[in-house]
Amino acid sequence: MKKIVIDPITRIEGHQKIEITVDDGVVKDARSSGMLFRGIELILQGRDPRDANRITQRICGVCPTAHSMASALCLDHAFGIADRIPDNGRIMRNLILGSNYLQSHILHFYHLAALDYVDVTSVADYEGTDPDLTAVKDFIERGELGPFVPRYEGDYRLSKEQNRAAVAHYLQALRVRRKTHELLSIFGGKAPHNCSIVPGGVTERPTVDKMTSFLWRVNEIRDFIDNVYIADIVMVAAVYSDHFEVGKGCGNYLSYGVFDLEATPSDLGKKKRFIKPGITDTELKLGTVDPSKITEQLKHSWYDDSFTNRHPSDGETSPRYPKSAAYSWIKSPRYDGKPYEVGPLARTLVSYAQGDPAVKEMVDGVLGELKAGPDVLFSVLGRHAARALETKLVADAMAEWVLQLKPGEPVFQEYDMPEEGAGVGMSGAPRGALGHWIRVKDGVISNYQAVVPTTWNASPRDDSDTPGPMEQAIIGTNVRDPENPFEVVRIVRSFDPCLACSVHLVTPKRRSIRKVTLL
Amino acid sequence: MPKGQVQEYPVVWFQGATCSGCVVSVLNSASPTVRNLLVDQVVPGRHVSLKFMPTVMAAAGEMAIEAMESAASASKGEYLLIVEGSVPTKQNGIYGAVGEKDGREVPIMEWVISLAADALAVVALGTCACYGGIFGARPNPTGCVGVSDVRAEAHVSTPVINVPGCPPHPDWFTGTVARILLGGLPSEEELDEDGRLLTFFGKLIHEHCPRRAYFDEGKFAKRFGDEGCLHELGCKGPLTYADCPIRLWNNGQNWCIGSGGPCAGCTQPEFPDLFSPFYVKVSDVDLPVIGEYWAEKERSAQE
Repeated sequence: MKKIVIDPITRIEGHQKIEITVDDGVVKDARSSGMLFRGIELILQGRDPRDANRITQRICGVCPTAHSMASALCLDHAFGIADRIPDNGRIMRNLILGSNYLQSHILHFYHLAALDYVDVTSVADYEGTDPDLTAVKDFIERGELGPFVPRYEGDYRLSKEQNRAAVAHYLQALRVRRKTHELLSIFGGKAPHNCSIVPGGVTERPTVDKMTSFLWRVNEIRDFIDNVYIADIVMVAAVYSDHFEVGKGCGNYLSYGVFDLEATPSDLGKKKRFIKPGITDTELKLGTVDPSKITEQLKHSWYDDSFTNRHPSDGETSPRYPKSAAYSWIKSPRYDGKPYEVGPLARTLVSYAQGDPAVKEMVDGVLGELKAGPDVLFSVLGRHAARALETKLVADAMAEWVLQLKPGEPVFQEYDMPEEGAGVGMSGAPRGALGHWIRVKDGVISNYQAVVPTTWNASPRDDSDTPGPMEQAIIGTNVRDPENPFEVVRIVRSFDPCLACSVHLVTPKRRSIRKVTLL
Repeated sequence: MPKGQVQEYPVVWFQGATCSGCVVSVLNSASPTVRNLLVDQVVPGRHVSLKFMPTVMAAAGEMAIEAMESAASASKGEYLLIVEGSVPTKQNGIYGAVGEKDGREVPIMEWVISLAADALAVVALGTCACYGGIFGARPNPTGCVGVSDVRAEAHVSTPVINVPGCPPHPDWFTGTVARILLGGLPSEEELDEDGRLLTFFGKLIHEHCPRRAYFDEGKFAKRFGDEGCLHELGCKGPLTYADCPIRLWNNGQNWCIGSGGPCAGCTQPEFPDLFSPFYVKVSDVDLPVIGEYWAEKERSAQE
């Protein structure tokens, strides 16, 4: 038996530790720990409800837009205007969030995950004329290889030509990713941390020049997705095809759906969404989402046990550190008492199980190219492939949505803020199902909670000691060399963890908040 | 320039209590591009050698920590430390840890103090690292503070240059780093009283706001999406120092006020507590007029 601690897990968002026990080359046990606690929901208490939309974006700088969307839906509900958001406001919200999907997914594959598969040093003896590769060659010649080396060695399999193409795409993707944020800022003001999405709609107004600029920017990014990103996924998948059998996980998949196609009440069952809500499993059996079945369990997290297994709208948490059974600041959300994986794979599987024609065509196309059945999707490579296909799905739709905007029409619905109220906003972050819950009392926030994708995926064991989805995906994996556990970090990164999102504190206890006056 | 003629400038980028929005914003840098920052000579003859940067580096775990520690000891007194995020200090910093030493989780606070003590200078990147920011907002559950405060508490004298913003504009960061690479540490005259370069933070948003004419003629937007100055919707532009109105964001595409969103004052030490509620009109303040900042400077220079 050998214990291996990987802390920090790099090339993810936030502070995560993975601890594994290896026996005879096989992982017998795995523990995922969130290592930073910031208490953002406690910070929200006592504030103007509208400020939640600005502050919750600071939960995560990679997917702030998803938090502003969930928060806006949550506040729309609390303010009684969920079904009255003007079309322009709804569509621009989708375009802003869609841009964030493109940003997050491209960043993840090329700049967070790729260095697990792509060997930058293969460019050392490059003799061609590509300016990017020449710059990398000069860099390697100078001999200081940070941040690309050191790294876990032992399994770089691409040919020299494949490596060089991938390095060139790594650099090209840096520019494309920047352009996704330029796209976002056209209607979002700036990125990260947009300022346009607000309860009631958005603050920006659509004009023909902005629509045209948006359309052709998204088309340029679509070129990259269609011709580079998806091709690279297929190339990596062909060479590392054994990773279709690695990192399966819990086999339960949950999606709240995302991108409203019309103004509707907050009830998830009544929403018409571009990507639809649902649950499924490895048999692709389909079910509907019942939000009342969501709870958060605390036995192995550094919080007071007496508040375990509550629904988020009713949760109460206070930190307890140290605590004997605990090893993480992340709580354990469970659906119907069971762990569920969320993210692009979960969304894709739900859509596939529903028979969504666009998703079915894309997934079957890639599976055909790889000569494999849908069961290979429950894996490390399945997550990467689903993420790439979702990028295409969303980018293609954005090119249509932008032309539905109507210059001169309203972007914002007025409201009266209630003294008392409650709201829920369920949506999809790039990394998976995202829910925000608010309670308003005396005109200010009395309780606010976000249950975010990585809380689902990277959660520790629950009250019945069942490991979380990521832990389950690691257990049973072969680790060839304990000094270079590349197998483990590949599994972890396939989930695209965002630790900053996953750790926060909630307490509905009323506290007297210091009165702050300006000057 | 081949090896030997290019000076490797060691940089350690440490993340505390952050959302990673700062590094994501720096990834939006247009000139220089991120390729320029990573592999090229970002100014002629100088290459930024990124020894530790958790979001992009290949290494993980102990290997990554070793890379950081060996860089810090090999270039003691010479490396630039970039701190992103604030520093949790409550209960000796138990709320945030990175890596393990002798089976013990090492608090962010310990890392920041020891890395800062041996650095040439610290660039505090983002409002959290500068002044505490969002995670240091009331009731500040984890005791988050900015780097300058931690440094003072630990009696470390390494200079700190603040690059605030939530997030900071990539140009503010690359401009500050280029300033140090080209000419060494900025002098006191180049910084304001909040430790920021006057080059970027010398003027109020209000002074260059394209909606300023609306303010002067009293045309105020009453609801989002309206024409007019955003003062009554809670804009903090009259209290916020930054060059957003002329620099714009995301390679010149847009900016907060440009998209109809009131400035939240995110580059200021007052952000967020003294500037919230964000959407309530700033009252009981004498709104500054054009030139007041410099008039005040001249007055204090004469005194």
